[in-house]
Amino acid sequence: MNTLAAPPLPRRLPGDLAIWFFILAEMLAFAVFFASYAFARAHNPEMFNLYQQTLDRNAGALNTVLLVTGSWFVVLAVQAAHRDDQPAISRNILLGFLCGGGFLTVKVFEYAAKFGAGISMSTNTFYMFYISLTFFHFMHVILGMVILAVLWFQARQGAYTSQSANGLESGAAYWHMVDLLWIILFPLVYVMR
Amino acid sequence: MMNALSNPAHRAWLVLLIATAITWYLGEVGAAGTGAIIAMLLIAFVKGRLVILDFMELREAPLMWRLLLEGWLILVSSLILLAYWISLK
Repeated sequence: MNTLAAPPLPRRLPGDLAIWFFILAEMLAFAVFFASYAFARAHNPEMFNLYQQTLDRNAGALNTVLLVTGSWFVVLAVQAAHRDDQPAISRNILLGFLCGGGFLTVKVFEYAAKFGAGISMSTNTFYMFYISLTFFHFMHVILGMVILAVLWFQARQGAYTSQSANGLESGAAYWHMVDLLWIILFPLVYVMR
Repeated sequence: MMNALSNPAHRAWLVLLIATAITWYLGEVGAAGTGAIIAMLLIAFVKGRLVILDFMELREAPLMWRLLLEGWLILVSSLILLAYWISLK
């Protein structure tokens, strides 16, 4: 083994190039939604501040913890693939998937409380944004979980190794994007006033 | 403990949880106005950056991709700040 200083590793983009273009497109769409919310609020901050107080901040914060933790498990799965630790790959993907399931459960209870109180998209502009933004994100959590389920089946068959982890890295990048979007969405819609 | 924190993913996760708790707390005490908005945007920026660099693992990626995602974070934070600034006028 060469004990001399190793040359720096070449810079490398994890996963497939295509997934990063897809992620970028998704992020731009959300950037438009986030800005639309913020500028719509600027027209009527009193109304937005009033109805924001009806949102369940605890549920929003709990969901942040669930997505951040789910993302963390998926990084651990990628790290496990890089050291060829097969059991840890599928275990961490499964744990990440369960965090996603927790997020959806919390969100369903939150929606049930709001819809049960007779709130809908047409109630007012604030709720229109709250429901459409969170629901659009909700759909992305579901897609992320479908991807994690596929990764889990593949990992169980030993598809990911230190030599070939591109598929896993691509799916992981999408899952982290879902986390990244919620990190903006939660303070913007639930807390900032 | 120190060993566990040598993994950037563990460090990022810990900071993300603490930052989430701070944002939640600011909501609980009803923080509002310019100072609160800037604080929350800064926290969101730090969190987003950790996800981009340590979870998406773009720290060692070609610079263009790292800048594209970090640039998105700056763009979104700036637009939100601008809109809130307008609403405070």
